[in-house]
Amino acid sequence: MTDLSRTPDMNDAIALAQRPPVNAVPAGTAKLAASGLDFHYGKFHALKNINLPIPEKRVTALIGPSGCGKSTLLRVFNRIYALYPGMYATGQVLLDGEDILDPKYSMNRLRSKVGMVFQKPVPFPMTIFENVAYGIRHHERLSKPEMVDRVELALRQAALWDEVKDKLGQNALGLSGGQQQRLCIARAVALRPEVLLLDEPTSALDPISTSRIEHLVEELKDQYTIAIVTHNMQQAARISDYTAFMYLGDLVEHDATRTIFSNPSQKQTEDYITGRFG
Amino acid sequence: MAARSIDATERTRQSLYRRRAVTNAVSVTLACVAALFGLAFLAWILYTLLRNGLPGLSLHLFTQDQPPPNEAGGGLRHAFLGSFAMCGMAILIGTPVGIAAGTWLAEYGDRSKLGTAVRFVNDILMSAPSIVLGLFVYALYVMQTGGRFSAVAGAIALGFIVLPVVVRTTDEMLRLVPSQMREAALSLGIPQWKVIVQVLYRSALPGIVTGVMLALARISGETAPLIFTAFGNEFFSSDITGPMSAVPLVMYKFAGSPYENWQHLAWAGALVVTLFVLLISLVARTVLLRKKISHD
Repeated sequence: MTDLSRTPDMNDAIALAQRPPVNAVPAGTAKLAASGLDFHYGKFHALKNINLPIPEKRVTALIGPSGCGKSTLLRVFNRIYALYPGMYATGQVLLDGEDILDPKYSMNRLRSKVGMVFQKPVPFPMTIFENVAYGIRHHERLSKPEMVDRVELALRQAALWDEVKDKLGQNALGLSGGQQQRLCIARAVALRPEVLLLDEPTSALDPISTSRIEHLVEELKDQYTIAIVTHNMQQAARISDYTAFMYLGDLVEHDATRTIFSNPSQKQTEDYITGRFG
Repeated sequence: MAARSIDATERTRQSLYRRRAVTNAVSVTLACVAALFGLAFLAWILYTLLRNGLPGLSLHLFTQDQPPPNEAGGGLRHAFLGSFAMCGMAILIGTPVGIAAGTWLAEYGDRSKLGTAVRFVNDILMSAPSIVLGLFVYALYVMQTGGRFSAVAGAIALGFIVLPVVVRTTDEMLRLVPSQMREAALSLGIPQWKVIVQVLYRSALPGIVTGVMLALARISGETAPLIFTAFGNEFFSSDITGPMSAVPLVMYKFAGSPYENWQHLAWAGALVVTLFVLLISLVARTVLLRKKISHD
C-alpha cells in the first residue's frame, strides 16, 4: 500500500515512516475550521468553497503551486487581508466554534489569539527587547520584571535567547536573517496565541536557519495549533501532521501527511508531490 | 575554406569591439564635460560669493542693525532675526499639517480617487510660483487683518511652500516602508493608528526629517512671498504681528542700491544664507545615508 519510492526524498520517506501514525483528519477536534469559505480579490475568485479543519496542537501544512491560494487562505485566518480594499471573504471560519469573519468579532481579540509569521523577516525598527515587548504592551499590563521574564521566555521558545541575551538593547536590524525570523516568531509567541500561522517562514533563509526553524515548529506544536504554508514539499513531509493540497483556489485533498505523501487519493496531488507539475 | 570564414568572423568581431570602445570613450567624455559644465557654474557662484562676501563677514554682521547709507559699520541682525522667526514659524505651520496629509495619502487614501486627486493638487502646489503664494496670503490674510503686513503673514506664505514638500516626502517615505512591516504589526493586534505612529514613523523618520530640512533650505532663500506679507523693516523688530525684515529682502534692496556699504552687506548676507543652505543639505544627506546603512 505505501510505495515510499514515490516520496520526494528518501530520507524524508524514512522519517515519515518512523513517525507515529496519525490517522485521517479527526472531525471533532478542530481548533480552527474553514467552512464554505470563498475569497475574492476584486473580481478574482481566489478561494472556492474551502472546507478545512485545522486540528488542535498539530501542524497542518498547506502546499500547492504558486497562486493556488494557500497564502490567501492563511491570510483569512487572522483577517490581515482586511488591510487592503477590494478583498472580501464569505462563508465561515470558526475559531473554537466562533465565526471570526463576523464583523462583530474583534480584530484585536482575533489577532491576540492567532499569531502570524511572514515570509520575509521584518523586525520593527526598535531594540531586540522592544520588538518582543511591543506587542505584549497592547494586550496586557505587566510590571517591569514580569515583562523581562516574559520577553526572555518568548526568546527561549524561539531558540534565540542564547544568541541575543547580551545584546537585548541593540537594534534588531543588526541580526542575521535567520535570527530576525526567530525574533519574529518570538514576537508572535510572546502574545501567547493559540494558533500560529507561518507563511513560508523559511523561504528567505539559509539551510541551517531553516533547519533550526523546523525544529522549533516541532517543539512549538505541543502548545500551539500551527498552520504552515510552504513551497518545499520535503519540509511539509518533515514537519507536518496533516497536509492540505490546493490548486487554483480549490482544496484538492486534505489528509494525514503520511497518506498524502505515500498514497494520495487524487491524481493531481500525486502529480504535484512527485514533481510532475507545479 | 572553413578556416578563412572563422578568420572573417574574428575580424568582424574585432571591428565591432573597436567601434564599441570608441563609442564608449566618446560618451564618457561627453558625460564628464556636461558634469563639469554644471559643477563649474556652482564653483563660480561659490567663488564669487566668497570673494565678495568674506570681507563683510564679521561679528558686527550679527550684532548690529541696518546702517545709514555710506556709513561704516552696521549689520543685518534685524534681517537674521526676521528670517529665523519666519522660517521657524513656517516650519511649525507646514510640518504637522504636511505630515498628517502625507500620512493620510500613504496609509488611508493611497489608491482611492480622492487620494490621487490630492496627490495631483499637491504637486501643483509644489510647483506654484512663490509670488502667487505671497499674493494669496496678502489677499486672504493681510487684507483681512486691516492691511497690516506682519511676520506671521510671511510665515504663512512660507508655510505654503513647506507644506507640499513635507506632504510629498512623508507620503513617499511611508510608501517605502515594506507592507510586511504593517502586516506584521497589525497581526500582533495593534490598532492601525498606533502602527503608523509607533512603527512606521520610526522607520520613515530619517526621510521625513530630510524633507523638512530641504524645505527649510528652500524657504530660507525665498524673497517673493515675503514682499506682500512681511514687507521688510529697516529697523530691528521682534514683534511678529508687525512688519519684519528677512535676509533675502535686504539682499534684494541692498544689492540694487548705489551705496557701497549696503552692497557689501548684501554680499555678506548672501554668503551666510548660502552656507546655511549648504550646511542643511549636507546634514539632510547624512541623515538619509545613515538610514540606508542601518537598513542593510
